[in-house]
Amino acid sequence: MHGFANPTRFLNIARPLTPWFLVLGLATIAFALGAGLFYTPPDYLQGDSVRIMYVHVPTIWLGMAGWAGILVAGVMQLVWKHPLAGIAGRAIAVPGAMFTALGLITGSIWGRPTWGTWWVWDGRLTSALVLFFLYLGYIALASASEEQGGTSKMAAIFGIVGAINLPIIHYSVTWWNSIHQVQSITLQGSTIDMAILWPMLVSMAGFTLLFAAIVLMRMRTIIAGVRIEARLRRMAEG
Amino acid sequence: MKAKHQRLTLAVIAVVAVIGAGFLALAGLRDNAALFRTPAEIAVEPVPPGQSIRLGGMVAEGSIEHLPDGVTITFIVEDGEATVPVRFSGITPDLFQENSGVVAEGAFDANGVFIADNILAKHDENYMPPPMEDMASEATAS
Repeated sequence: MHGFANPTRFLNIARPLTPWFLVLGLATIAFALGAGLFYTPPDYLQGDSVRIMYVHVPTIWLGMAGWAGILVAGVMQLVWKHPLAGIAGRAIAVPGAMFTALGLITGSIWGRPTWGTWWVWDGRLTSALVLFFLYLGYIALASASEEQGGTSKMAAIFGIVGAINLPIIHYSVTWWNSIHQVQSITLQGSTIDMAILWPMLVSMAGFTLLFAAIVLMRMRTIIAGVRIEARLRRMAEG
Repeated sequence: MKAKHQRLTLAVIAVVAVIGAGFLALAGLRDNAALFRTPAEIAVEPVPPGQSIRLGGMVAEGSIEHLPDGVTITFIVEDGEATVPVRFSGITPDLFQENSGVVAEGAFDANGVFIADNILAKHDENYMPPPMEDMASEATAS
């Protein structure tokens, strides 16, 4: 891992990787959504509204995976003092918040025709909304930091503590009775028919690539910002 | 002990403490964070008439009846242990049907009938295409 600790080496890898992730991700999403909208069968019960799944599940998955990334980055920053960890955490936060918001919005749109309501304060919906607010808190903490590139210890600690929400979101539908159905995909398999499931898995892969491309872009931007600041300071002193 | 190991130990202790605190809080929330009460829970712990609650369970098979006024329905919510009769005036969600999950918001009247103000449908975790004969009949109908 420390091979990537050198920002120059990281940039040499990230620069060519970014467009690949971006183009592959967008193409995969286009294919999955095209298949999910026009090719796959409707659900026996929900009809066509089941197709919202192809956006809802990938976006909320990245909202949660993003915070798992912030947790890993926070630990690496505090324990191993990895110079890029704080930058990675800060780069994940904005797209993570964005995707969580998309997951909440698409979930709400899906809830109206199926459950009969845009919103209920049940365990799953509330804990997902809390995840969005945690992102806002993390962004505010990281932006307020004085350190180079906004890699504050406070934000890292907040990221680690906030990760307690991830198992709460995951198990909310099992622990408390809820309007949201329980997990369809578990270690035992899937209760989603393969004909409906496969575009969702492809869509998840596509959105994940897109998310990775956004994070790499943001990391490069933050590193460039730090370098400009350092150069300006040297010029001002020189 | 190297400084790195010291930080790692501290981090592990902190994470364990946070997880412990989280689970303690959740154990306290256990009963209060539920969205609805089931007929079995109400049978053990009756709810006084007029108190607003959410009632959740399955709509019993063959229990949905439409009253002559055209807007009111009655049905029975069951959970395998107990049943509750429900009355509701209004529009139900598309997915509201017998043998399917339901969450009703409302209160009991003096006769032990649950008067619902709002009905939510709860579906399960299974997703599948419609059966073949349905698709065939739809194709001929259109």
